[in-house]
Amino acid sequence: MVKRILAIVFILIIGFWMAKALDQIPFGQDRMLVGKYYLEHVTEDTGAINAVTAVVVNYRGFDTLGEVTVLFIASTGVAALLWRKKRKRTAKTEGSIVLTTGARLLLPFIMLFGAYIFIHGHLTPGGGFPGGATIATAFLFFYLAFTVYEIDHKIFEPLEGFAGLGYVTVGLIGLAIGGYFLFDWIWQTWGIGRENVGRLLSAGFIPIIYTLIGIKVGTELTGIVDNMIKEPEEGG
Amino acid sequence: MNPYYFASIALILIGLYAVLTKRNVLKILVGLSIMETGVNLLLISVGYVSGRSAPILSEGITPDRAVDPIPQALVLTAIVIGVATTAMALSVVINLYERYKTLNVEEIRRLRG
Repeated sequence: MVKRILAIVFILIIGFWMAKALDQIPFGQDRMLVGKYYLEHVTEDTGAINAVTAVVVNYRGFDTLGEVTVLFIASTGVAALLWRKKRKRTAKTEGSIVLTTGARLLLPFIMLFGAYIFIHGHLTPGGGFPGGATIATAFLFFYLAFTVYEIDHKIFEPLEGFAGLGYVTVGLIGLAIGGYFLFDWIWQTWGIGRENVGRLLSAGFIPIIYTLIGIKVGTELTGIVDNMIKEPEEGG
Repeated sequence: MNPYYFASIALILIGLYAVLTKRNVLKILVGLSIMETGVNLLLISVGYVSGRSAPILSEGITPDRAVDPIPQALVLTAIVIGVATTAMALSVVINLYERYKTLNVEEIRRLRG
């Protein structure tokens, strides 16, 4: 009881000071400095019309590579923490007929929707991370519906590695052509898609990189789901 | 007094309360996630500009009619990192439960001696 009262008092103090500090920051006013440059130059620099995507993949592409690495390390960490010699699914009850039929019917459409999200990352809100998460949702759906279902590790793990390697390769080609890592050579040097900005085939390497990120995030999150859903066998 | 940041401050404080008082490790993790949501909401709202739309420069949205894209890009990063760390923490919790058969932090502390 004393602990709770202390916690509430502590929280009230912190809340008061946070409100006090944020009181100095006006809401909804234009304070852009760097953002203005990005917004004004985004179309000619990168060809993308979605400025958030351009910032994530093009202006701060190296940052995103680090982010993908963090996700990869976390996925590896989950696998390492949950590693046992014999791990099997121990679920006893099959999903209901609604769940199994729905999973069978919806799986291609959910994956198509995920692919749509990451391919159109430079045109619409979305991109590799939400698209990959959507694809992982499709596999989670399968895991919930069928007790014996298991992803094919022989396909998933090479795919994950290939996607990460592809990202670095795209960056290294940029280094060879333009002089720095993750240089957008398709847009800056070749100028492919200059006449159809705002359509699918534009924005240089952003769709390529977002497709790779989508594959990587999808396989990694599916791997995390797979690791978490399996339990060690009795005495295993 | 500026009322616009109230929701994010409230989310941060609710999460902090859960972290401080709850004994179940899973509930502490839920509290951390709520705190994270509050911080993300705060960052996004700092970048908002009244009367402007999302920074997608199509259909008549000119650069001076869009909000700041940088907080949104940074929050996109933060959400992904948050998911990764939550997954790591959850697997640690699974290991703890397999070892001690309880999720109560005080009992786990006592078991370790």
